[in-house]
Amino acid sequence: MLSDALLLQLGYNATLVAIGAALLGVSAGVTGTFLFLRKRALVSDAISHATLPGVCIAFMVMVALGGDGRNLIGLLLGSALSAWVGLLCLNWLTRHTRLAEDAAIGSVLSVFFGFGVVLLTVIQTMGVGRQAGLEGFLLGSTAGMLWADAMIIAIGGGATLLLILLLRRPMTLVSFDPEYAAARGLPVARIDLAMMGLVMAVTVVGLKIVGLILIVALLIIPPVTARFWTERSDRVVLLSGLVGGVSGFVGAAISASAPNLPTGPIIVLVSFALFALSMLLAPNRGVLAAILKHLRFQRRVHLRQGLLALAQGQPIYERLTLRLLSRAGFARADGVATELGRARAAKALRDEKRWEVVRADQSHEAAAALYDGLRDIETVLTKDQIADIDRRIGGPQEVPA
Amino acid sequence: MSGEEFVPLSLTPLLIGIFAAVACALPGNFLVLRKQALIGDAISHVVLPGIVVAFLLTGVISAWPMMLGAAGAALVAVVMIEAIRRLGRIEPGAAMGVVFTTMFAGGVLLLEQTDTSSVHLDVEHALYGNLESLIWLDATGWSSLLDAEALAGLPVELGRIAATLIGVIAFIWLFWRPLKISTFDEGFARTMGIRTNVLGLALVVVAAIAAVAAFDAVGSIIVIAMFICPPAAARMMTNQLERQIGWSIVFATTSAIVGYVFAGYGPLWLGAADAVSAAGMIATISGVILAVTALFGPCRKRAGAPAQA
Amino acid sequence: MLELASVNGIANADEALGDSPLAIRGLTVSYGQKPAVFSVDMTVQAGAMTAIIGPNGAGKSTMLKAALGIVKPLSGQVTAFGKPLEDQRARIAYVPQRASVDWDFPTRVIDVVLMGLYRELGLLGRLRGRHKAKAMECLNRVGMRDFADRQIGQLSGGQQQRVFLARSLAQDADLYLLDEPFAGVDAATEKAIIAVLKSLKDAGKTVVVVHHDLATVTDYFDHVFLINTRKVAEGPVDTAFTAETLQAAYGGRLATAQIDQLSRAVG
Repeated sequence: MLSDALLLQLGYNATLVAIGAALLGVSAGVTGTFLFLRKRALVSDAISHATLPGVCIAFMVMVALGGDGRNLIGLLLGSALSAWVGLLCLNWLTRHTRLAEDAAIGSVLSVFFGFGVVLLTVIQTMGVGRQAGLEGFLLGSTAGMLWADAMIIAIGGGATLLLILLLRRPMTLVSFDPEYAAARGLPVARIDLAMMGLVMAVTVVGLKIVGLILIVALLIIPPVTARFWTERSDRVVLLSGLVGGVSGFVGAAISASAPNLPTGPIIVLVSFALFALSMLLAPNRGVLAAILKHLRFQRRVHLRQGLLALAQGQPIYERLTLRLLSRAGFARADGVATELGRARAAKALRDEKRWEVVRADQSHEAAAALYDGLRDIETVLTKDQIADIDRRIGGPQEVPA
Repeated sequence: MSGEEFVPLSLTPLLIGIFAAVACALPGNFLVLRKQALIGDAISHVVLPGIVVAFLLTGVISAWPMMLGAAGAALVAVVMIEAIRRLGRIEPGAAMGVVFTTMFAGGVLLLEQTDTSSVHLDVEHALYGNLESLIWLDATGWSSLLDAEALAGLPVELGRIAATLIGVIAFIWLFWRPLKISTFDEGFARTMGIRTNVLGLALVVVAAIAAVAAFDAVGSIIVIAMFICPPAAARMMTNQLERQIGWSIVFATTSAIVGYVFAGYGPLWLGAADAVSAAGMIATISGVILAVTALFGPCRKRAGAPAQA
Repeated sequence: MLELASVNGIANADEALGDSPLAIRGLTVSYGQKPAVFSVDMTVQAGAMTAIIGPNGAGKSTMLKAALGIVKPLSGQVTAFGKPLEDQRARIAYVPQRASVDWDFPTRVIDVVLMGLYRELGLLGRLRGRHKAKAMECLNRVGMRDFADRQIGQLSGGQQQRVFLARSLAQDADLYLLDEPFAGVDAATEKAIIAVLKSLKDAGKTVVVVHHDLATVTDYFDHVFLINTRKVAEGPVDTAFTAETLQAAYGGRLATAQIDQLSRAVG
């Protein structure tokens, strides 16, 4: 079943939903990256929760005009409108009051959502059964989706992606370094607003598939995942789009392959699985790599400090230092240096002296900037330079035993 | 309205609403000042998976396992957020976003996978609560407040949220000074011998307990709204923390009372027949209060420069 | 864990570290993979006024914060008055950088100064008239008495710095550690602060200041500690604050003329 779904063999609707979810995932991943780099990831939470009153009002207006009330385009337009109002409230609160952004996000999110729930209960009293479609917007539901609806989502996802492609340059600049962007004459406030507009578009397109509570995940998890793999912002954007697209497609396919597998949660869980793998295993920024690197670093620091202490005849207090020294054969368990230890200590002390010369000398400024207490001086200076420094220091010094 | 009608039908939901609102608003003051307002948001989202897991483990829908499950989920969420933030070096907002959406998704999936249709456990209940149903059927009027037999029939939610509120007040009263000092100046607090990380975790745990107890009674919307809106509105009214706490209690109580009354009677005044969601209305009113204070509050503008780094 | 144990001091280390108000041994702090402070030893002279100087990013503030347990060091041990630091907190007053807190916090000047009395008051001790009187007296010493009821956000940078100083005075400590107290303050505040610090020294207290203005070192301080990731020099101003030590600490970042001028000032 699952392989059928992954290969788009489950009929038109499921195929369209899977393609729509993939396009949505790519758009969300790319848009989310800009939010993430701007450290405003949770703004999307406020925007998505703020769609609920709009969905309800659109429904009521359409019913009042004699329509069915469940027209997807109408509902999406309503949700976009109220998300926009929510966004304006958020911006106004942070700009014109003393509230920090997190408090503004939380208040917009909870108040709009609360008001939406009030409206939902109003709709429930308007007539039995007709509100059935609306609850689907909370958690997303692709079951029983009309072909036209699936088409709207696929087209919406594609259109959003196009917009992102058009705006990617200025958005990268602004999210990476807003001050530099402003200095270059870019309208930062307007680009910020456009960025939020895209977040809104992603949210609205994703409402039907993922639901308004979980769409946030598609905007946050892919960029965070991508960040583990690279330090370059343009690659984060690409990778994040990829992670989002894969999550959307695979999630939708899994969901279509069996009953009781709601699309939204499955997509979120797939993206989280990618995140968890990345966080653990990514080279450099991954947890395993970081732990290993930290332990190695700590050992180097202790060993170096221990050698310097030996060289200067100071007692060693820290047990870890002592243990590392004796394991390396530089000292006995009671802290007395071995022959090898004395030689290495003398070398460490001499290197310190050399560094001292380097750091006091203006002509070595570039090399001096690399000093971190651990780096071997041979990796920074040439043999001739070191010999020159040694001449200035004078002959090798006695090392106290 | 007469006592015969008010006491059994409205007194207990009102009290539960007020207690829940105040229990959340109190720690909310510190969360907002510490720029951790969204912890409340995260906690309220993970309550759903907590109760679903508790149901799957025990097979019963009863209050204590569900509350323990919710509290456990809140703790798991806080630990995961910290772990992702530290180990993955991810900014706190994004770390929160990863954790609470994933746990919520897991909760929904579990819910769909298990047959809970026969029991009263659904997403909507988790989101909106059911304040209106917490009535006191044994009461016949004001005199029931002195009637031991009738008092025994009080909804258990009332006792639970009251106990939680007392616990929250006790925590803030006891640790007032260290909370205030470490919220203002963490480095200094550390040199005064205050265990700032332990205190910070304790604050989050207290907030989680308040959220779980309040959620059990009124659903998660009120919880998020009350963590943030009353303290935020109170901040616009005064420049003194002591008074801010006072204002936040006033605003939380007002939201609860006005919201409950509007939800129950507002539609009748407008000619409609049925009440609307009280939880949603309470959140809405707290938003209205925030909007008014944001527009007219005497202290709505920033004064000092924000902290660097 | 290892780092914590070493901050708290291992018993046999106490003797060697003496009973200096603040003694640091082998302190290394690193943000990520590059040490900000590497294997630094410092022995603060009791009753002296010591300036910690060094170029930007040399680890001055980091060293102080790590010594006080505000940031976690990678290794090293710290004692205060010959005992583990945690036992001596009551005798140490710390003035953080002004910019490290949010001045929009809802509180008044007098409340900030009263925070300095926390160890005396405890969790629930009642705030009495004498506590308020003491806080007012501390404000008076920094010339801020009239501002006691102001909201802290309304203060200028210099006034904020003086309030922080008043808070440390309320602690009645024996060792005062100040992180860049003269950064971005007006001339009047600088004068007021240095007068208070000198009076502390005259009362036999020990003062350590992270300082950035080389021109005032000889006027304000009698001891210096030069740092650039590693310790460069430590001692009385006339022996440790010389052209050579400055050159060693600042390297190419200080023009030769500047160094000449400064070392002439030393004499």
